[in-house]
Amino acid sequence: MDNPIIVTLEKVTKRFPAGKTEFTALNKIELTFRKGEFSGLVGPSGSGKTTLLNIIGSLDCPSEGVATVLGKNISSLSHKESAELRNYGIGFIFQTYNLLPVYSVYDNVEFALLLQKISAPKRRKAVMDALEWVGLADRAKSRPSTLSGGECQRVAIARAMVKRPALVLADEPSANLDSQNSHMIVQTMKRLNRELNTTFIFSTHDEKVMQYLDRIIYLKDGMVERDERKSED
Amino acid sequence: MKRFLLKGVIKDKGRSLLPIIVVATGTMLTVVMYSWLTGIMGDSIRMNANFNTGELKVMTKAYAADAEQFPNDLAILNADTLLVELKEFEPEVDWVKRIRFGALADFPDANGETRGQAPAVGWAIDLFNEESKESARFNLQESIVQGVMPVNTGEVLISDELARRFEVKPGESFTLFGSTMDGGFAFYNLTVSGTLLFGATGLDRGAIVMDISDAQKAFGMEGACSEILGFLPYTYFNSDKAEAIKTIYNQSVDARQSEDEFAPVMITLRDQAGMAEMVEYTDFVSRIMVFIFVSAMAIVLWNGGLLGGLRRYGEFGIRLAMGESKGHIYRTLLFEALLIGTIGSIVGTVIGFLIVLYLNIHGVDMSGMMQNSTMVMPTVVRTAITPTTYYIGFIPGIFSMILGNALAGVGIYKRETARLFNELEV
Repeated sequence: MDNPIIVTLEKVTKRFPAGKTEFTALNKIELTFRKGEFSGLVGPSGSGKTTLLNIIGSLDCPSEGVATVLGKNISSLSHKESAELRNYGIGFIFQTYNLLPVYSVYDNVEFALLLQKISAPKRRKAVMDALEWVGLADRAKSRPSTLSGGECQRVAIARAMVKRPALVLADEPSANLDSQNSHMIVQTMKRLNRELNTTFIFSTHDEKVMQYLDRIIYLKDGMVERDERKSED
Repeated sequence: MKRFLLKGVIKDKGRSLLPIIVVATGTMLTVVMYSWLTGIMGDSIRMNANFNTGELKVMTKAYAADAEQFPNDLAILNADTLLVELKEFEPEVDWVKRIRFGALADFPDANGETRGQAPAVGWAIDLFNEESKESARFNLQESIVQGVMPVNTGEVLISDELARRFEVKPGESFTLFGSTMDGGFAFYNLTVSGTLLFGATGLDRGAIVMDISDAQKAFGMEGACSEILGFLPYTYFNSDKAEAIKTIYNQSVDARQSEDEFAPVMITLRDQAGMAEMVEYTDFVSRIMVFIFVSAMAIVLWNGGLLGGLRRYGEFGIRLAMGESKGHIYRTLLFEALLIGTIGSIVGTVIGFLIVLYLNIHGVDMSGMMQNSTMVMPTVVRTAITPTTYYIGFIPGIFSMILGNALAGVGIYKRETARLFNELEV
């Protein structure tokens, strides 16, 4: 792989207070992610998947070690700088979609661009392109409440992708979807990964998702148990 | 972003409906209460000004010391000369001579014997001069119950209550007993041309209104008057302007006649008969009222904001995750508050204004409550529509909404972004 490294985790440890003691959620994690990777964090509940996504997404800081995301040391960022990093560089996809119910599909996708203060014509084109990618351009004016679960998650993908982030973090994106929709969602993300060279990092224990991943990182008790890459055919 | 927020406010009824109702209600109450209070106080002040105090008043220093007793032995002697001086000094003020007097009205029977007597309080004003605004100031034409306006010397108007008590009809005569300017006994025959109902209990008990020339003859006050009243050319009492005129005039008089107890002295409406307290009380009550509404509405809206914040917990979470800073979310909340506060204030002001307009036109008859009142105030109370009516409601409306949301929005700063994934996946 010649793509540059965009995420570097060096001996990343995260501890949380648990009564009078501390609980170690991540223990000296050493990982790198290159641009364009389609990888997943897999492991049982409590293995540290979400904590790791939090740190990569600049939502939390490591207790020890260094996490560098898109050239920024997460620990040294102020709240405002973290927000800026997320705004311009990172997209999020959640298990429960988290669309804003009072706004239309178009508005939901457009919101990310409003934060970037992009001009209205450029916003319009970017939003419609993003909705085209997920096949929902004809539902732009619909409210989220009128969409199916699969459609909602596709809107969430469009929302994450519309600002063309370098990195997308998806936490259990297929957990609330049936088998057919799960495949469709992951296929959509895989296609965007190829077309836009966006890095995707999943947290999942869904076999249907795992079969599409190029790299699977198995976590157990806050440590990397295995780091498997699919052989390139 | 503003359009986005506006869309949210319009589409999300839960976000806007309750706050708009609360703000509109508070705004409406503020507008109505303020206009009601201003109406009562304004009418009372205006009525007192027209009948008693003027907006400016010139008396001799000696008269001023006991003005409430109408000491006409200390009256202004060369009234016409002083009147000319005052008109030259401040031409935009309408200066008028008045004689105030207390006397005994003696009503005779058919044989000329005393049928009854009653104390009367009199106003001698410029009735016969067509250019005089005094008749309009006393609202005489509209206040006449029986008879007509005096047109000849010796004709007077008396209160309808007095006329009824002694069964006096227009055209009948009575005698006024009092004291002359020199301390002598005065009696003067007058003819009732009409009876009056001012609609103010304090005035309607025993008022007599006559032309000033009759009073001068009756009380031996030729060329004199009790006081000269000044009326500014504004709809509402302009305290600052009146004070400025008073100060300049008194300084100029003091420079010339500082030791003369019969030298003229000027006072304003605020200096008389508790008027300052009345004006200040109006302002004070208005401020208290606005404060109460701001506090009460802010508490309601704070709670509303907290509930709304809980309801929108997911929205704020996703916005934080998408890269919006806490400060920006907080500012958008305040912007929404401004928007909702403005909408609520407009709605409340419009509704409040319609109520105020209705009460301004129709008024509320409070004569039953004022039967024993000695205050000079109207029995039909009306709201006042002033420039303040249009914006007073916006102060509690917008301020309370912003305060409520500002307090409720503090939770945004306490939110830990590290818990977003957990919180958003419930």
